[in-house]
Amino acid sequence: MLENPYAHNPDAASKNPPVQGFEEGLSERDLVRRSATASLPQPSRQLTPVAKLIDVSKCIGCKACQSACIEWNDTDPVMEYNRGVYTNPDDLTPNMFTLMRFTEWVNPDTDNLEWLIRKDGCMHCADPGCLKACPSPGAIVQYSNGIVDFIHENCIGCGYCVKGCPFNIPRISKKDHRAYKCTLCSDRVAVGQGPACAKACPTQAIIFGTKDDMKKHAEGRIADLKSRGFENAGLYDPDGVGGTHVMYVLHHADKPHIYSDLPDHPVISPVVVAWKGVTKTAGLAAMGFAAAVAVVHGLFARANRVTAEDQENAKRLVGGDGGRT
Amino acid sequence: MTVRTEKGDAIRPGSPPTVHRYSLSKRVNHWVGAIAISMFHPSLFFLSGIFGGGQITRALHPWFGVILALSTLVLFLQFWRANVWNRSDFTWTLHIGTLLAGHEEKMPEAGKYNAGQKFVFWVQMLLILALFCTGIVIWDRYFSGMTSIETQRLALISHAICATLAILVLILHVYAGIWVRGSFSAMIRGWVPAAWAWRHHRAWLRALVGKPGPAE
Repeated sequence: MLENPYAHNPDAASKNPPVQGFEEGLSERDLVRRSATASLPQPSRQLTPVAKLIDVSKCIGCKACQSACIEWNDTDPVMEYNRGVYTNPDDLTPNMFTLMRFTEWVNPDTDNLEWLIRKDGCMHCADPGCLKACPSPGAIVQYSNGIVDFIHENCIGCGYCVKGCPFNIPRISKKDHRAYKCTLCSDRVAVGQGPACAKACPTQAIIFGTKDDMKKHAEGRIADLKSRGFENAGLYDPDGVGGTHVMYVLHHADKPHIYSDLPDHPVISPVVVAWKGVTKTAGLAAMGFAAAVAVVHGLFARANRVTAEDQENAKRLVGGDGGRT
Repeated sequence: MTVRTEKGDAIRPGSPPTVHRYSLSKRVNHWVGAIAISMFHPSLFFLSGIFGGGQITRALHPWFGVILALSTLVLFLQFWRANVWNRSDFTWTLHIGTLLAGHEEKMPEAGKYNAGQKFVFWVQMLLILALFCTGIVIWDRYFSGMTSIETQRLALISHAICATLAILVLILHVYAGIWVRGSFSAMIRGWVPAAWAWRHHRAWLRALVGKPGPAE
């Protein structure tokens, strides 16, 4: 077996798969985080961090990415209604991992109507809120290349990932009661391929590669946009979640919220952080302390039992015949 | 001060004399609630195997919650009157150290339930009500779309905090039941020796003396 030539050096999405057999790129030994697992063995190697870069300014809204996603992941989204907007289906679903969200925005500076199209889906946070919230061991994992993946056979369908996510991405299937979201095509990346959406994109608005390469590429795009008058163009790689492995080039990076409510400063909700942090620690400590106090009192204090004196007194009060008849 | 007794409480003559303390319906309901509250959280995975895995535990847990809520409602109706807090309960609470040191005979006389039991009763009533309300919000299968995610987050942390407090109260309750010998069998058989009633619930025993019991 040869080593996977792409594991350390993921290439652009357009590359064709290697023809020789090789070691699979993503496995248990590449995990850097595993839900509800306190001690995880040190990964045996460090993969090169990857990223998907979505250049909003190059998107033409063709939805080829959505179709490719359905096809590769073999999902079965139901035929929906036309709600009078281009966004279809209406929202992410357990069968639709990525969604083009269309916004008509009037730029107050130029009074121009701008048609903003953002491909929504999992951002693959470096600090994933879904994973933090997940109570099921191994249902959510993070690989050393940055991909956050749901391992469906370990998922119990509680929906905690939905509460943990700062981007409102995971969806729980009503059919099999498991959580679904974009995998960044981890099964394709494992064999040196880019995600299906990137492969299908006709304008290379979606590209895939190492995170460093993608940042470098974004710089060029941002410089180009700035030269065309979009002075607030910039990269969306939010620090609040430790950066993301899906990044956007936005022409109005100063106000991400205009792109269908993309969070300006996404962070894992402080409620979730407190719940999994101080509350959990204090709660476990309090329960352990209470149990210990009970054991100590049980061992060192005499049992509270009825004495001969109590029996005499009771008999005197109640009477030999029970105080009646 | 009148000491409240409950329906069915009566002294039974004999040697030794006994006192009827918990009716059959109270005992059955108490243990239904006890089983339901023991059906822990799906995150306790070493226990979830008992039910056939995480998925099934996740599905069953809220239903145990519904059973617990119903059982608690019945328990409330059965027990609340005799658990109304009165002035002597303050005095009792102030002397809690005497009790823990093993001198219950020096404590103010307790009614059918002492202040500690009343505390457990009221706190657990409130916690189970809170667990039920927050549990509904995070019952993803049926109620996921009805509240905002932010509301669900708050419900999640509240549910966890209430559950922790309920477990603390439960540790207190179970330990008290073990330490005070005879409590456990009282909740199983329904009756206690009169001497037990004298030691632990003297005011209650006094109130029952001379009160006509059920005809034999």
